[in-house]
Amino acid sequence: MATYLEFIQQNEERDGVRFSWNVWPSSRLEATRMVVPLACLLTPLKERPDLPPVQYEPVLCSRTTCKAILNPLCQVDYRAKLWACNFCFQRNQFPPAYTGISEVNQPAELMPQFSTIEYVIQRGAQSPLIFLYVVDTCLEEDDLQALKESLQMSLSLLPPDALVGLITFGRMVQVHELSCEGISKSYVFRGTKDLTAKQIQDMLGLTKPAMPMQQARPGQPHEQPFVSSRFLQPVHKIDMNLTDLLGELQRDPWPVTQGKRPLRSTGVALSIAVGLLEGTFPNTGARIMLFTGGPPTQGPGMVVGDELKVPIRSWHDIEKDNARFMKKATKHYEMLANRTATNGHCIDIYACALDQTGLLEMKCCANLTGGHMVMGDSFNTSLFKQTFQRIFSKDFNGDFRMAFGATLEVKTSRELKVAGAIGPCVSLNVKGPCVSENELGVGGTSQWKICGLDPTSTLGIYFEVVNQHNAPVPQGGRGAIQFVTQYQHSSTQRRIRVTTIARNWADAQSQLRHIEAAFDQEAAAVLMARLGVFRAESEEGPDVLRWLDRQLIRLCQKFGQYNKEDPTSFRLSDSFSLYPQPVLLDSSSILAERILLMDTFFQIVIYLGETIAQWRKAGYQDMPEYENFKHLLQAPLDDAQEILQARFPMPRYINTEHGGSQARFLLSKVNPSQTHNNLYAWGQETGAPILTDDVSLQVFMDHLKKLAVSSAC
Amino acid sequence: MNVNQSAPPLPPFGQSQPVYPGYHPSSYGGQPGSTAPPTPYGAYNGPVPGYQQTPPPGVSRAPPSSEAPPASTAQAPSGQAAYGQFGQGDVQNGPSSTVQMQRFPGSQPFGSVPLAPVVSQPTVLQPYGPPPTSAQVTAQLAGMQISGAVAPALPPVGLGYGPPTSLASASGSFPNSGLYGSYPQGQAPPLSQAQGHLGAQPPQRSAPPQASSFTSPASGGPRMPSMTGPLLSGQGFGGPSLSQPNHVSSPPPQALPPGTQMTGPPGPPPPMHSSQQPGYQLQQNGSFGPARAPQPNYGSSYPGAPTFGSQPGPPQPLPPKRLDPDAIPSPIQVIEDDRNNRGSEPFVTGVRGQVPPLVTTNFLVKDQGNASPRYIRCTSYNIPCTSDMAKQAQVPLAAVIKPLARLPPEEASPYVVDHGESGPLRCNRCKAYMCPFMQFVEGGRRFQCCFCSCINDVPPQYFQHLDHTGKRVDAYDRPELSLGSYEFLATVDYCKNNKFPSPPAFIFMIDVSYNAIRSGLVRLLCEELKSLLDFLPREGGAEESAIRVGFVTYNKVLHFYNVKSSLAQPQMMVVSDVADMFVPLLDGFLVNVSESRAVITSLLDQIPEMFADTRETETVFAPVIQAGMEALKAAECAGKLFLFHTSLPIAEAPGKLKNRDDRKLINTDKEKTLFQPQTGAYQTLAKECVAQGCCVDLFLFPNQYVDVATLSVVPQLTGGSVYKYACFQVENDQERFLSDLRRDVQKVVGFDAVMRVRTSTGIRAVDFFGAFYMSNTTDVELAGLDGDKTVTVEFKHDDRLNEESGALLQCALLYTSCAGQRRLRIHNLALNCCTQLADLYRNCETDTLINYMAKFAYRGVLNSPVKTVRDTLITQCAQILACYRKNCASPSSAGQLILPECMKLLPVYLNCVLKSDVLQPGAEVTTDDRAYVRQLVTSMDVAETNVFFYPRLLPLTKSPIESATEPPAVRASEERLSNGDIYLLENGLNLFLWVGASVQQGVVQSLFSVSSFSQITSGLSVLPVLDNPLSKKVRSLIDSLRAQRSRYMKLIVVKQEDKLEMLFKHFLVEDKSLSGGASYVDFLCHMHKEIRQLLS
Repeated sequence: MATYLEFIQQNEERDGVRFSWNVWPSSRLEATRMVVPLACLLTPLKERPDLPPVQYEPVLCSRTTCKAILNPLCQVDYRAKLWACNFCFQRNQFPPAYTGISEVNQPAELMPQFSTIEYVIQRGAQSPLIFLYVVDTCLEEDDLQALKESLQMSLSLLPPDALVGLITFGRMVQVHELSCEGISKSYVFRGTKDLTAKQIQDMLGLTKPAMPMQQARPGQPHEQPFVSSRFLQPVHKIDMNLTDLLGELQRDPWPVTQGKRPLRSTGVALSIAVGLLEGTFPNTGARIMLFTGGPPTQGPGMVVGDELKVPIRSWHDIEKDNARFMKKATKHYEMLANRTATNGHCIDIYACALDQTGLLEMKCCANLTGGHMVMGDSFNTSLFKQTFQRIFSKDFNGDFRMAFGATLEVKTSRELKVAGAIGPCVSLNVKGPCVSENELGVGGTSQWKICGLDPTSTLGIYFEVVNQHNAPVPQGGRGAIQFVTQYQHSSTQRRIRVTTIARNWADAQSQLRHIEAAFDQEAAAVLMARLGVFRAESEEGPDVLRWLDRQLIRLCQKFGQYNKEDPTSFRLSDSFSLYPQPVLLDSSSILAERILLMDTFFQIVIYLGETIAQWRKAGYQDMPEYENFKHLLQAPLDDAQEILQARFPMPRYINTEHGGSQARFLLSKVNPSQTHNNLYAWGQETGAPILTDDVSLQVFMDHLKKLAVSSAC
Repeated sequence: MNVNQSAPPLPPFGQSQPVYPGYHPSSYGGQPGSTAPPTPYGAYNGPVPGYQQTPPPGVSRAPPSSEAPPASTAQAPSGQAAYGQFGQGDVQNGPSSTVQMQRFPGSQPFGSVPLAPVVSQPTVLQPYGPPPTSAQVTAQLAGMQISGAVAPALPPVGLGYGPPTSLASASGSFPNSGLYGSYPQGQAPPLSQAQGHLGAQPPQRSAPPQASSFTSPASGGPRMPSMTGPLLSGQGFGGPSLSQPNHVSSPPPQALPPGTQMTGPPGPPPPMHSSQQPGYQLQQNGSFGPARAPQPNYGSSYPGAPTFGSQPGPPQPLPPKRLDPDAIPSPIQVIEDDRNNRGSEPFVTGVRGQVPPLVTTNFLVKDQGNASPRYIRCTSYNIPCTSDMAKQAQVPLAAVIKPLARLPPEEASPYVVDHGESGPLRCNRCKAYMCPFMQFVEGGRRFQCCFCSCINDVPPQYFQHLDHTGKRVDAYDRPELSLGSYEFLATVDYCKNNKFPSPPAFIFMIDVSYNAIRSGLVRLLCEELKSLLDFLPREGGAEESAIRVGFVTYNKVLHFYNVKSSLAQPQMMVVSDVADMFVPLLDGFLVNVSESRAVITSLLDQIPEMFADTRETETVFAPVIQAGMEALKAAECAGKLFLFHTSLPIAEAPGKLKNRDDRKLINTDKEKTLFQPQTGAYQTLAKECVAQGCCVDLFLFPNQYVDVATLSVVPQLTGGSVYKYACFQVENDQERFLSDLRRDVQKVVGFDAVMRVRTSTGIRAVDFFGAFYMSNTTDVELAGLDGDKTVTVEFKHDDRLNEESGALLQCALLYTSCAGQRRLRIHNLALNCCTQLADLYRNCETDTLINYMAKFAYRGVLNSPVKTVRDTLITQCAQILACYRKNCASPSSAGQLILPECMKLLPVYLNCVLKSDVLQPGAEVTTDDRAYVRQLVTSMDVAETNVFFYPRLLPLTKSPIESATEPPAVRASEERLSNGDIYLLENGLNLFLWVGASVQQGVVQSLFSVSSFSQITSGLSVLPVLDNPLSKKVRSLIDSLRAQRSRYMKLIVVKQEDKLEMLFKHFLVEDKSLSGGASYVDFLCHMHKEIRQLLS
C-alpha cells in the first residue's frame, strides 16, 4: 500500500493529477459497480519548479479529429521518423525540425519524465495583464480607508506594464478615466439601469474611434489601445495618479436616511466592468476585482431592497421560495459570468461585511470564470489584507501565480470517454469522439474554458469506461489520457501544458484487490463531494444528501468485509477506512489540560484548555522553570503561522481558550461525541459537551454499518 | 383728410385711388369754391360765445378728475391750439378744455380761456355731453376728437355742445385745422381764435402734435370737407376740423371736395384758402409755430406744407401728390407731447381709471392705492359695462402685467407685509387678498370682498376700528390697505410639499463642442464667469448671495463637475446615458461660490484647456435641460439653468432635431410649422421643469439653422430668456454677449412662481400671453420670473359691470425670492366702467393695445397662415376705428378718416406690426430670426414693443453739441434723413449709426478718426474713443440708450449708399418695405378704405 501512496503522491507532484482509482476497471459494468466513478483531480498549473518550459510548439497528431500531442507514450519509429498516436493510432511524420531525432537524441516530450511538459508559443501579440478594480464606496469610513490602502498597496505589486482600471460604485457607478491630468474624470452610470455591452461601449466612447478620426489621421497606429487607455492604463504610468485618486475616494455621497440601506449598484457596476473589457480586450487575460461591503440593493442584480426592516433572504426564505430577488439576481450574475467567461476574463469577489453580501447570487461570477471569492468581516482585517496581497504573490521564477484565458482539452484512449468536469470552468461545447453521452458535472464537451487559474486551481474530471464487459481490455493494456491546457501565462506568454498519463486496466472480478488497493480515498472523497455540491445546485438538498448516503452505503457494501446482518463484523480496508469519516477532532479531545490546534481550511483555531488557560494567566510561561510550558504554548502558534503563510485564501485565525467566545468556532466543528443528549449517559468527566442535535461520528458509523450489512439494501 | 385721399393714389390701394385722384383734383379745383367756408365762419362765431361759457363748467369737472395738471395741459393745448386758431375752436375748446381740465388741474387756467375749445375733443364732450343733443353734434364731436386727439377727455364738448349745433359747426371749423393757419389770420379767428389761441397756444405743442399727427394738412383738408359735409350750418368748418386731426377722409366724393376745400378752401373763402394752404403750413408749422415756440422746427422741416399750398390752386398739378407724411399722425409728436405734458409731475395712482403717461415718458409714480403702470398697463382704463359694447368696439380688453418690474431708484419697492402664522388675509370665497378696495363693515368686524362681494369675518388679530368714512383707522399704516402694490410673506402653506424652500441655484451648462471651442466662446465665458459669480443676485442688504452654483459642460455627452470646497481639484463626471439622464452627484455639484472659489476658478481655468482639441461636433440639448432640472430636483430647490449652446442637436438622444428649415414654406399654409416645435418632447420637458421651478435661459451661438422655434420652447415655458448671437466671434460679439450675460445673471428673479389674476365679477381673465406655462385656465405658472418678463392678460365679460363700482384687477404672484423666501406680491388696479363707447375710446392706450395685438398675432402664426393673421389684425383695427367713427365721431363725410385721439397712432403702429419680420419676412430674414423675435415679443412689456415696432431715430448732428438732453427723435422714414447728418437708430435689439454721404469732414474726423466719409469702415461696431465733444456725446448717448434696454444693442455703423444700408432701411418703418410691407401713408389709406367698407 505504501507503494500506492507513494505512487499517488509522485503522480500528483509530477502531473498534478490524482485519480479516484489508479487501476481502472476494464469494463463499463465493472466501473459502475465501483460506486465511486473513475475520475481525477487535475491541477493544470501545478507548480513544477523542475520543469522549464520548452521554447517550441508541440507536435500534433495529424488526424483532424484527434490532434493529440506527441508524448512519451507514443510509439516512435526513429528510422522512419514516424510516430504513432497513442490515442488514435494514426502514424505521423515528424516535422522537419525533428529530422535529427534518434533513440539517443530525443526531444523532451518523448522522455518519460516529461509526462507533463510545457510549451511556450512564440506566435501572436502579447497583451498585458489587466486588473480592473470595482470598488464599493458604500462602506464605513474605516473600511473604505483600509480598502483604499490595500488597493494603493496593490499597485506596487502589479506587473509594471499591467493595465489597471478603476470603477467605483454606490448609488451610481463611476468609471474613472486615468489618463487625465488636473481634473479627475469619470463616466457615471445610473445604478438602476442595465445596459448592453454595446451601450456601455458607446457611452464610454469606446466604439467610435474608427471613422472620423482615423480618416482625419490615417497614419495613426493603434487607435483602439489609444481609446481604451483612458480607462485602462499601464501601472507604471499612472500609479501616482491612481494612488491619489484612490486616496481621494469618498464614501458614496448620497444620503442614506434612517432605516435604509445604502443604495449599492453592484449589479450594474459589474455589468459595466464586464462590458468595458468586453469591448476593449476580449480574449486577453483580465481580472475584474470586485470589492464590496454589502448586498446589492438596487438595479439589476439587487439582492435585497434598501428598506432595513426587510431583512436579507435567509435559507428559510430560499427554501420556501420566498426570496424575492434571488432568481432575477442570480440570472443577472450568471449572464455576466457567462459573458465574462466568453471573453476569457475572470471575476474575483472580495466581500467584507458582517452581514450577508449576496454571494449566493453572485457566486457564479467567480465559479464560472475561475475567480477568487473571499469573504471577511471587514476590509480592515488581516484576513482580507493578506489574502488580497497574496493574490499578487510570485512563484520561484518571479512570475505571478496567476494565469488567464485557459482552455483545457481532454483526450482519452478509446476505452474511455469524458463525462464532464467540475470546477471553475465553462464548457466550450466541443463534441468529439471521446465525449460521453452521460454527463457528470459540466459535460457534453471535451474542452473547457478556465478564465482564471493559479497553481492550485483544480478541476474534477469524470470519465466513463466504455468498454463492454464482453470485450475486455487485453491483459496488461493501459488506458491513456492527455490533458492539454493552453493559457496566458502571467508573463503574458501563451503557453501550452500537456500532461499525458496512463493507468493499467484490471479485471474487476479477478483483480478486485488490485483495484481496491489503488483506491485514492482522499481524491475520491473530494470528487464525490464535488459531485454532491454540483448536484445540489440543481437538486433539493435532502435528495442530494440521500444520494450521498446511498453512494456511501453502496461503497461499503461493495468493499467492506462483513457478515450479513452483523454490523459488528464490518471492516473496511485501510485504503477505504478514512473515506466515510473525515472528521478527526472529537469533542472528547477538549480537555482542561490540552492545547488544541484545529485547521478547517477557512479557519485555524488554537484552543487552550481550562487549566492551560489558567496557567497562562498565572504567567507560568514566563518563569524560567516552566520554560517547557512556554514552548508548549508557542508550538501551536508556530504551526498556525506556517499554515497561514501558505494558505490562500488566508484562513480566519482564532486564538482562544476555554470559555472564550471564539471557542464556538471549535465547538461547531468537532465531532459531537458528547452532547447534551448523551453527556450523562457517558458519565465520564472527559471532553466538552456540544449542544447540537447533529449525530456524532460514532452514531453515524454505527448506522452506516448496520445499513451496509443489511441485506435489505 | 385730403391728404389721405391723395395718398390713396398709391398703388397699394388701387381702388381707392380712383376716388382719391378724383378727390384731389376735384376737390381742389371745385371744392375750394364750393365748400361753404363762409357759413362756417358764421357758425363759428355764433358758437363761440357759447363755448366760452362752457369752459368754466368744464373746468370745474376737470379738477376732480385729473390731478396731474401737467399732462392735461399738454394735451389740451394741442387740441386747443388747433381749434383756437379757428375761432370755432373756442366752442370746441370749451368742451375740450374741460377734458383737459379733468386731467389736469392746471388746465383750468386755460379753461377760462379758449383752452377748453382747444381741447376740441368733441368726443370727450359727448360723454359729458350732458346733452349731446344732436347726433351731428356728437358726430362732429367725434370728428373733433380725432382732430383734437385730445378728444378723449372731453366732456367739455358736452358743454360746448350744449349749444350743439352751433358747436358742431364750430367744431367743424376746427377741423379745418388746415385752415387754422388761415383762421388765425383772418376769419373766424377773431373771436374764437383769440380765445382758442390764447388758451390753446400756450399748450399748443399739443396742438401741433395733433396737427401733425392728423396729417393736419391733410386732415385739415378733409376736415373741412367733413365739416362741411356734416355740419349743416358750419359745415365747412366745424365737423371737419375736428375730424381732421386724426384723419383724413378720402372717400366721399363730396368729402373730397371738402378735402379739396381744405386745400381748396382757399377758393371760397379767401381767407380760408389762404389760411388753408398756408394753413397747412401753419398747422404743421406755422399754426403751431406761433403757438409754441418749440415746434417751429416743424414748420421748416416739413416741406409738405408748401406743396399743399400750391395744390390748392391747380387741382391737377397736385394729382400726383401723395398724402403728406407730415399731415398724418406722428408718433414722434405724440411722444414728445406726452413727455412735455406729463413728464414733470409724478403720476399719482389714487384715482380709479386714470390713463397713465405714455411708456416713452419719464415720470415718477406715487402709489396711492393702485398699482403703478410699471407693473400693470391696460389697453383701456374705462371698460364697457357690457359685453355687447365690448364686442361692438372690438377694442381688446387686456392688461400687460410685469409683476416684478424694476423701479427707478426714486420709487420704493413694494413693502413686505408679514401677517405671521395665519398668513395673508384673504376672501374666503374667491381667495382674493386683502387690498385697499375691500370694504370694512359692521364697525370693522367684517369686510366685504370687492371682487366677489362675499362678507368675511375679520380675524380678531386683524381687527381695527373704522373712522367716520368707514375706513379703518390704520389704513395708512398697512400697505395692504393703502397701496396698490405690496408683498406678503407666505406661510408654509404656500410652499411646495409644505416645506419652506431652499435658496435657489444657478447651473451653468456650457456647450464644449467644436464650434463653441473654435469661436472662442468657451474660453471667454469661463473667464467671465470667474468674476461674474461674485455678482449673483442677493436679497436686500445680504452680504452674500444665497444662490448656489453648479457647472456642466456637454457635447453629445454631459460632464458634471464636483467643485466641493474640500477638493484640491474639481472632478469631472461624464454621463453618457443621454437617453435617460440623471444627475451623477449630489454633494459638491451645487456649491456656495465663496466657499468653493478656488476649486471653481481651477475648473473654469481648465475647461477651455480640456476641450481645446475636441473634434466633437454633435450636441444634445434636451438631456442637458433634463440634467439641470434633475439636479435641482435632487437638491430640492428651484433655480435657473444658463445654457450656452451652439448647434442643432443632432446627436442621438431625446429631443434630437433635424434640419427642417425650408424657405419654400413661407407664405404657404405650412409656414406655421416653422414656428412650431418639431417634437413634443420639449413641451413635456418644460412641464417637468415648471414643476420643479427650473427656469431656463438659453444663449445661442449658431452658425447656421438651430431651430430656435424648438429650442426656445423650454425657455419660453419656464419664464426664461433666449439670446441669440449668430456667427459669434469673440472679437465682434464679446461685448454684447458679456453684457447680456452679466445682466442676465445679476438680475433679480423670482422662482417657482404662480400668478393669478382675479377680477371683479363681470369680467374675467380668459387669455394669457408671455413666457410661462399653464396647466389649467387660471394659474400662470412661472418656473422663473424676472423684472423684464411681462404677462399680457386678456379679459372678457361674463356679466355686466357696474359704472359705480368699476372693475378691479388683482394680480397675485406667489414666488420664491432669490434668497429662498416664499412671498406673495400683490398688484391691484381699479378701472372705470362706462356705458358710452366714447369713454372707452377716450381712455385707451395705444401702446398697450399694440402690445396685446402683436402678441396675439405672434401667437396666431403658430396656427394660421401669416396672411390670415395679418388680415385679422387689419380687420380688427378697422372695426375698432369704424365703431368709433360710427358711434362716437360726428357724422362727417365718409371720405374723412376719423381717428380717436387716443388711437391716432394705432394705424402706424399696427402697420409696423404687420410688416415685422414675423408677419412679413424679407428675403434676408432667417427662419430662426423669426422664431427668435416671435419668442422675444411674447414677453415684452409695452415700452419694449413700442420701440421694437417703431424704432427711435435720433439725429446726432442737428442739435448743438452742448445740449445735454437727448436729441428729439425724428420719424422713421428715409425722407427724414439728411445726407449731411448722422443718425442713431435703435429698436431695443439693434442699434445703427447712419452716416450721411455729405457729412462734414470735421464731424467724420471727430467721430471716426478718419479723414473722409469713404474711409469710414462700414459695419464698424465700436466707435473709437476720441477726446472731443462730439465723440463723447455720441458715445455717451449710445451708452445711455443701451442702459435703457434689457439687452445690449450691438452698434452697426452704416454708411449712406452702402450695401449695409439695406439692413438699416429695414427699420425705417414708415416707408414701404422691401418685403412688401406698406408705407405708413399707404396703410393709412388702406385702413381708411377698410373702415369705409365697414361703415357702408
